[in-house]
Amino acid sequence: MNWEIVVGIETHAQLSTQSKIFSGSSTAFGAAPNSQASAIDLALPGVLPTLNRGAVERAIRFGLAVGAVISPRSVFARKNYFYPDLPKGYQISQYELPIVVGGALAIVTPEGEKSIRLTRAHLEEDAGKSLHEDFHGSSGIDLNRAGTPLLEIVSEPDLRGAAEAVAYARTLHALVRWIGICDGNMQEGSFRCDANVSVRPRGSDTLGTRCEIKNLNSFRFLEKAIEYEARRQIELIEDGGKVVQQTRLYDPDQGETRAMRSKEDAHDYRYFPDPDLPPLVVDEAWIERVRGELPELPEAKKARFMRQYGLAAYDAHSLTASREMADYYEATAAALGHDPKIAANWVMGELSAALNRHEIGPEASPIAPEQLASLLARILDGTISGKIAKDVFEALWAGECGGNSDAIIAARGLKQISDTGAIEALVDAVLAANPRSVDEFRAGKDKAFNALVGQVMKASRGQANPAQVNEVLKKKLG
Amino acid sequence: MILYCALPDKRNLATDMNLTLADVQKIAHLARISVTPAQTEEVRIKLTGIFALIAQMQAVDTRGVEPMAHAQDVSLSLRDDRVTESDQREKFQKIAPQVENGLYLVPKVIE
Repeated sequence: MNWEIVVGIETHAQLSTQSKIFSGSSTAFGAAPNSQASAIDLALPGVLPTLNRGAVERAIRFGLAVGAVISPRSVFARKNYFYPDLPKGYQISQYELPIVVGGALAIVTPEGEKSIRLTRAHLEEDAGKSLHEDFHGSSGIDLNRAGTPLLEIVSEPDLRGAAEAVAYARTLHALVRWIGICDGNMQEGSFRCDANVSVRPRGSDTLGTRCEIKNLNSFRFLEKAIEYEARRQIELIEDGGKVVQQTRLYDPDQGETRAMRSKEDAHDYRYFPDPDLPPLVVDEAWIERVRGELPELPEAKKARFMRQYGLAAYDAHSLTASREMADYYEATAAALGHDPKIAANWVMGELSAALNRHEIGPEASPIAPEQLASLLARILDGTISGKIAKDVFEALWAGECGGNSDAIIAARGLKQISDTGAIEALVDAVLAANPRSVDEFRAGKDKAFNALVGQVMKASRGQANPAQVNEVLKKKLG
Repeated sequence: MILYCALPDKRNLATDMNLTLADVQKIAHLARISVTPAQTEEVRIKLTGIFALIAQMQAVDTRGVEPMAHAQDVSLSLRDDRVTESDQREKFQKIAPQVENGLYLVPKVIE
């Protein structure tokens, strides 16, 4: 049978506030255990939570960026469960009335652009961390993370298969960083995904029974986990079995998902409105102020790049992968002043390759946009060829000649040979040394011409102007 | 107000008065409260009384009344995003039953 894989994703994005969602403790990563856990985070008796305005503002920013409704009134609820890294015995979350309702995210698939609907996004607090090793039969609890603000972003089951799920997660990841609400650091757990996976016969419009795979903290694991889980469910059904709704964990070492060892009542959270926290009211003025402060969003920037710089959709998409990349491109194009396409090709080509090799972002590039632009200007005015420019790029990257491309070209003697007399001399020498190629060309072999061009370029150490070499050769042979 | 109930078969506690002893044990377990078999019937009767009261409230016609999420008609006050707490670990850990390397130790739990 032909199966369709249906995926919905819940993402926990850690909000980039200085302090926790309900206390004044620091949220800095990597501090000594429990050094950032206050009386509120520890749930000592008599303490009261006070909501962090910065967390609310980031939730509003997200809601506006995805075209969602910002609830004028939202409610915090207690989600009750017992685990030692949750000292209160409940997590403060939002249940019936979340702050962000609806919205959509556009993803790029091989079949074109697709809009993924969002159900909601709500504010909640993170739990602490449990360490199970090396405590002679005990577990160690670090509550530094307890109370860190999270925005849980829930998608509708609009994704079809692992590749779309990854495209969605990447787009969302880029967006939360773009609007500055989350640092997106997946190793530190700032952005983690749960995937709800089900399968159904293609053409069916009812959803199959789903399994939820928890805590996927890399795009690769997300992809592998969904692929494995879908295959497991299909095999199960084809063998006459039934999918049981459950929570599963992905084991990257084994490359498989496993049912979590939980009691059947683990999901009985007995939510109720938190009496410590009256409703959160967000007025229109606040929403409008946040809207006014939003940066140009990736979709809008992409459309503008296509319009303003005449870029293809794919190029505009690549250049708006991050705000830093887009800013770098625009600065390069502006410094160059004309031919924004060559700037696009170099930023996506040589520059991106070098950045990836060194695992740094455009903001940390040793070549500033203005330096790249002055190098590109030397290609455009014929001083150097595109091929030689790659060598100059390497030298610029290494900081040669104080990062001045003109100085590098002069010091290395890379200036293109465009002097007709000099090129004629080179061509004459090559023709004299390769009588066989000359005879072959005259006998009608076009390939021999290219071989002669190659010889001239080689003789000039790549510096002869290729267009002129072609012209002179044609004249001499014609 | 919606009552989130903990009955195994999803009956609505507010309308269904037939609370069983098993329901009482389940609710007690979820709340991590120890209720001895001898106490179960007494708790069942008390809870049934509470649910009867809720049922009485649920019966009131509240059409056109906006539900409240809090007993007081106030909205949340917010604080600025600033770090105001300092490291008090030593003080807090003095009253903890067991600590090691800055961690609170608890009976082993593993999911």
